Amino acid sequence: MMLWWQNLPFLSIFLMILSSIVSLSLSFKAARNICVISLGTVLTMSVITFCGVYVSKESFVYKMGHFPAPWGNEIRSGLLEPFLASIFAIIMLLAVLGGMKHIRNDIESKKLNLYFLTTDLLFASILALIYTNDIFTGYVFLEICTITTCGILMIRQIGRTTLAAVRYMIISLLGSGIFLIGITLMYDISGYLLMENMREGIAKAIETDGMTLPTVMSIVLVSLGLSIKCGLFPFHFWMSDTYGYATPSSSAILSGIVSKGYIILLLKIYYRVIGIETVAQSHIQDILFVFGLAGIIVGSVNAIRENDIFRMIAFSSAAQIGYIFVGFSLGTQAGFTAAVFQILSHAVTKPLLFISASMLSDASGGSKKFSDLMGSALRSKIAGIGFTAGALSMVGIPFLSGFVTKILIGTASFESPSKMMPILVVLAISTVLNAVYYLRTVVRIYHPRDLNKKEPKYSNDGYSSSVFSAVIVCFVALNLSIGFFSDFVTDIIRTGLSMLA
Amino acid sequence: MARIRDNYERSAAYRAEKVIKGEAEPLDFLPEEDRTTEDKLTIEKTVKESESELSLSPETLTETVEFKLYSRIYKALSVVVCIIFITSLVITAIHLPSLGSDLNPANNEVPERYVEKGVEETGAINTVAGMILDYRAFDTFGESCVLFAAVICVLILLKESDLSAAEHSDRQNEPKNDGILKAAASILFPVIIIFGFYVILNGHLSAGGGFSGGAILGSGMILYLLAFGFEKAHKLFNYKTFAVTVCSAQIFYCIAKGFSFFTGANEIETHIPLGNPGDILSSGLILPLNICVGLVVAYTIYTFYVMFRRGGF
Repeated sequence: MMLWWQNLPFLSIFLMILSSIVSLSLSFKAARNICVISLGTVLTMSVITFCGVYVSKESFVYKMGHFPAPWGNEIRSGLLEPFLASIFAIIMLLAVLGGMKHIRNDIESKKLNLYFLTTDLLFASILALIYTNDIFTGYVFLEICTITTCGILMIRQIGRTTLAAVRYMIISLLGSGIFLIGITLMYDISGYLLMENMREGIAKAIETDGMTLPTVMSIVLVSLGLSIKCGLFPFHFWMSDTYGYATPSSSAILSGIVSKGYIILLLKIYYRVIGIETVAQSHIQDILFVFGLAGIIVGSVNAIRENDIFRMIAFSSAAQIGYIFVGFSLGTQAGFTAAVFQILSHAVTKPLLFISASMLSDASGGSKKFSDLMGSALRSKIAGIGFTAGALSMVGIPFLSGFVTKILIGTASFESPSKMMPILVVLAISTVLNAVYYLRTVVRIYHPRDLNKKEPKYSNDGYSSSVFSAVIVCFVALNLSIGFFSDFVTDIIRTGLSMLA
Repeated sequence: MARIRDNYERSAAYRAEKVIKGEAEPLDFLPEEDRTTEDKLTIEKTVKESESELSLSPETLTETVEFKLYSRIYKALSVVVCIIFITSLVITAIHLPSLGSDLNPANNEVPERYVEKGVEETGAINTVAGMILDYRAFDTFGESCVLFAAVICVLILLKESDLSAAEHSDRQNEPKNDGILKAAASILFPVIIIFGFYVILNGHLSAGGGFSGGAILGSGMILYLLAFGFEKAHKLFNYKTFAVTVCSAQIFYCIAKGFSFFTGANEIETHIPLGNPGDILSSGLILPLNICVGLVVAYTIYTFYVMFRRGGF
């Protein structure tokens, strides 16, 4: 028997799609209001679903139509799914609200409603990726996610964003293609598209024939496709242009949510389709391990060499994605917990950095160069606080979320002795590198251009700055609460992961 | 001796010593170009900078030695990567279960039920229509959203607010008032449109359906535009009809399928009659959904063409 709240994941996906379709014929303001209201509703729905699962302690499946899976489609929710959906809904809401001024300035006025249309559809696809229990549904919504992401990138029509969007599109479609070949092979081996049945089919195939080439190849292709899409080293080079020139909301959404959506799909495939023991047998994790570690170092070094604040934050994303894959590569419960925690931590920190950096750059006459940004935190206090909090979290200062990730990855590495030393060394190096470029930036934005003169306060070009301040405060509070209640969060992640299997 | 001191004064150690002794601020040692004066801090400068970044022409970039070397290595590497990739995929394909064998894992209860009970359960004679619009309707709804997203992205990229310049270049590049084309189109256009509707409306009875019929309709619309020009085509298909059609088709799809999913999951009877399989009015929601998909596909194809041709209806 269905409980009433079990309808909510399905309703939240359809609500986002419906509001996206309706926005086509609406004005900018109406589309914006619908976007904000439906994101708020989805947030409430996800929180209710989370509470429902938390109390009942059982995952549930929701039949999409009159035919049970594997004939029809279905979605499924454990503890982790609604938790991620609620956090992503908050981030999406804050990213859209925090970048509203730039959305209006950067985008042609007749296309403003299309921006909200694409963000609604993008979020619907992320929700579907989180909840899906069918690998082909996952693929379809992965495509929607890719296309809408290109939409929110190139809607700011300067040459560089079009170039960046094209580059993103090529890389991302390459990833999708490889992923599609991977799931086709899996279907050939198992004969199903539903995750549980695929897992049984693959287990049966391994039992009779052992690890055959198609099995290994399908695991490799799925991992490769999704890691290309989310920008693991060496596929991270599109990030700097893409994040650096898009409107700040888009950069925040892309770095905070979109790349995480792909990783969550990969996590679901590892847990629910292949099984983490089989993944360990295929040794794909050793490859992910090497590229994850390399990504951490290379991303940080690239970030140090940048002279543009947005591109610096973009390269630091490459390093942060590396942490997630290092967590995956351990192949243990603790490793995956650390990876999911890093997903959350990065998802709340990176948008904060992008949004506050956009305000700092506004306070410096629109320049993104560090030399011009000197003293900008004194001109715009709230943005300075936001950036500093985000930077400290990235460096890994206690009580902020980034610190807990490093602890979790460090402790998880003790369980796999062969990988322990490289992980600890890279963690140490990366902390130092992070400190170099983030703290250098913090010092610069607080250092006045002329010590004897007081910096003029920046007024927000006539836009209300109270919304912006509220957004920054919410982001910092979210970051602090994930850091402070890290035990609670890791418990949820652990239970959620065990429900996923 | 003096030179050694000079070198020392330029070194990082000297700077670190100064900072530690409190004689200097770390930022005093920034390179000259990093220091700012207030007059530099104007918007014009930023604009100029971004312009100079943009105006770096591809010719000057491609002439450098590094670039030539890089592109040579890049080409060689990409060939190697492609060969490795193709070889491994071909070897994998050899190891896959053989095509058409009845022992394949894919021959299980799923296609069995589609084939044996499809007509009875969905009311559609065309099993594919029953599969994509009833059994696995969520995936197909996703597909129609892919089309919707694609057409929106093309609008975002190419829609021009001012069409006068576009109109000029359009006149130069496209034929106008072509007699043969007009005569042929006036015969072909009605036939193509009727055939398109036939394919859509018979989607649940025979091969075809919304996707293929919509593509036929769309190509008919493009032919009409090619033959009779924008002024006439605009009367039939413009941005308003596009927005209204696509919006209402997608909304109907969303609500109809939402209703069907909701009732399905909660085990509620829908009271949508499946009708007599083989009749034109049968198979429940499949016929109206085929019409919606057909309209969305037709307008998507037409809008792609219009946007790429001149950036507006």
